[in-house]
Amino acid sequence: MDQLLQHGLNALILGGTYALLGIGLTLIFGIMRVVNFTHGELYAFGAYMMYMWVMVVGANFYLALPLAVLLGALLGATIEIVLLRRLRGADIDTTMLVMIGAWIALQNTEQLMWSGVAKSIDTPFPSSPLVMGVVSVSWNRLFVFVVALLLIAGSYALINRTKLGKAMRATFQDRETAALMGVQINSIYTATFALGSGLAAAAGALLGPVFVVYPSMGDLASLKAFAIVILGGLGSIPGATIGGFILAFMEELGAGYVSSGYRDAMGFLLIIVILLVKPTGLFAQKERIG
Amino acid sequence: MRLIALAWLALLFSIPLWMNDLYVLHVLIMTGIFIIAAMSLNLLLGYTGQLSLGHVAFFGIGAYTSSLMSLGFEAHLLPGMLVTLAPKPVWLGMLCAVVVAGICGWVIGRISFKVRGAYFVIVTVSFAEVVRLVALNWVELTQGPMALNNIPALRLGLPGTFEISFLRKPANYYLVLVVAVVCYVLIRRLVNSRAGRAMIALRENEPLATSVGVDVTRFLVLATVVSAAMAGAAGAIYAHYVRIVDPDVFLFIYTVTMVIMVVTGGKGTLAGPVVGGIIFGLMPETLRAAQIKPEMQWVIYGVLMVLVVYFLPEGIVPAVRNWWRGRQDTDGASQAKAEPAA
Repeated sequence: MDQLLQHGLNALILGGTYALLGIGLTLIFGIMRVVNFTHGELYAFGAYMMYMWVMVVGANFYLALPLAVLLGALLGATIEIVLLRRLRGADIDTTMLVMIGAWIALQNTEQLMWSGVAKSIDTPFPSSPLVMGVVSVSWNRLFVFVVALLLIAGSYALINRTKLGKAMRATFQDRETAALMGVQINSIYTATFALGSGLAAAAGALLGPVFVVYPSMGDLASLKAFAIVILGGLGSIPGATIGGFILAFMEELGAGYVSSGYRDAMGFLLIIVILLVKPTGLFAQKERIG
Repeated sequence: MRLIALAWLALLFSIPLWMNDLYVLHVLIMTGIFIIAAMSLNLLLGYTGQLSLGHVAFFGIGAYTSSLMSLGFEAHLLPGMLVTLAPKPVWLGMLCAVVVAGICGWVIGRISFKVRGAYFVIVTVSFAEVVRLVALNWVELTQGPMALNNIPALRLGLPGTFEISFLRKPANYYLVLVVAVVCYVLIRRLVNSRAGRAMIALRENEPLATSVGVDVTRFLVLATVVSAAMAGAAGAIYAHYVRIVDPDVFLFIYTVTMVIMVVTGGKGTLAGPVVGGIIFGLMPETLRAAQIKPEMQWVIYGVLMVLVVYFLPEGIVPAVRNWWRGRQDTDGASQAKAEPAA
């Protein structure tokens, strides 16, 4: 029972960052119809930016975090403007190929710049964990969880409360009509991609100090983000949030009670089962096959 | 046209006779193995229009099946259910590799053709990743990261009369060449048959094809099975040629290499994967000779992929074909103009 509680707590904390990854990806897919294979690279980029500012430059940890997120959003906006803008109206397979090319190029650029050796990042948190009865959690992970929740709440507020969010939702519902109503579709796309990329970079910047940073870390992140988004239904933000937590719970319980080697297989098994049983995912309002 | 093809074949068959550099032969063998895999991917990506990003799974399954059959194994399929297999001849292992990969293709086809587009891509990626994790973690069967070593080379022959051992590079070169030619001919026959026309119809307009009675799932699954079996054959040849197999054969980067080969060469053309395969099979060696780091090589691959999609969306083969036709047309036109004047 104690073990179960501990796994549950670990899953809850991991789920926050998974949800960030999922929300970023589902926003981009839902609004832009782009299967974003660079998502995991933005995650790795966030982690590497954290490494660069904290370990190389020696900047303050709390200052480096927002900086890493901003740079991630900036890189995302650049990718959108340079690569995707000229592919408007192209079919989904074409954009997918371009995104795969961009992913390979980005990942290996990271490897060229920072070498393949895994890097660790120092944190300002005490190394002794916070013990709460039978369970314990490290201060770093607790910080990650709180920041992730704040970012999730922020994304919801941005999408549901601001004018930009309203324009995004309008574009999601009907691009042509939104354009007719005076929504600048190109700016909305760039903003969406930047926001999604920023969230991925935030997940990377938060988890980088918890684990280690290495160039191919983005591959699994991408695939997990896909699993989360399929679970929640492509384009559904609440779906991605809940999907993130469900995947984290499955992984933790799978690692704890089946075999830790198959931890990362959980997400893929989940995808295969979901697509067999309910291909639209748990929360998508209607069939949205890209 | 047939003469040109025969001349090409004769040239390819003569290479080991005058090429003594074993390193060049090795590069050609690896290129050939990748061309077989790329041809099989082209059947799905080019002819049915389904982007399978898990193709390396079939390649790896072929490699592991054939290696395990020829090495023999002892493993628990379920707790308490020990399965032992004595080493079998390599040719039998290779046949099983083709069959097992084909069966996996059938299962994946049945499961994943419930969905299309983005979903299909993600199912295939997930499948490959699950298979990789199994190969990595089922140490009892696959030796996990320790890899399967000392895989025997293929031997063919009749007992007591003659025997060919595929230990040396020229023999392997011929093996790859023969299998590649067989796969090429099979794919050509398939896509020119009724089934092939059905696949192309599905690619072009699925609702329309369905409305005239094309059984969507049947033809898509057929394409997947054939494609998977060929990738499995490529994997089996690879395993008995390099004679060591580890879970890295399932790396996603190999699928990406196949996709780049097909897309650059020209998806949906017979020659496309061959042309793309030659370019991207020989490019790493050229880049290595130019002292370029492997990471840089991948950056170049990625950038090339983006550029190809922008500037040669159909791929090299259709572009060259159009250019050639256009030239002939203008030649014909200028001749027609010139004649009355003369």
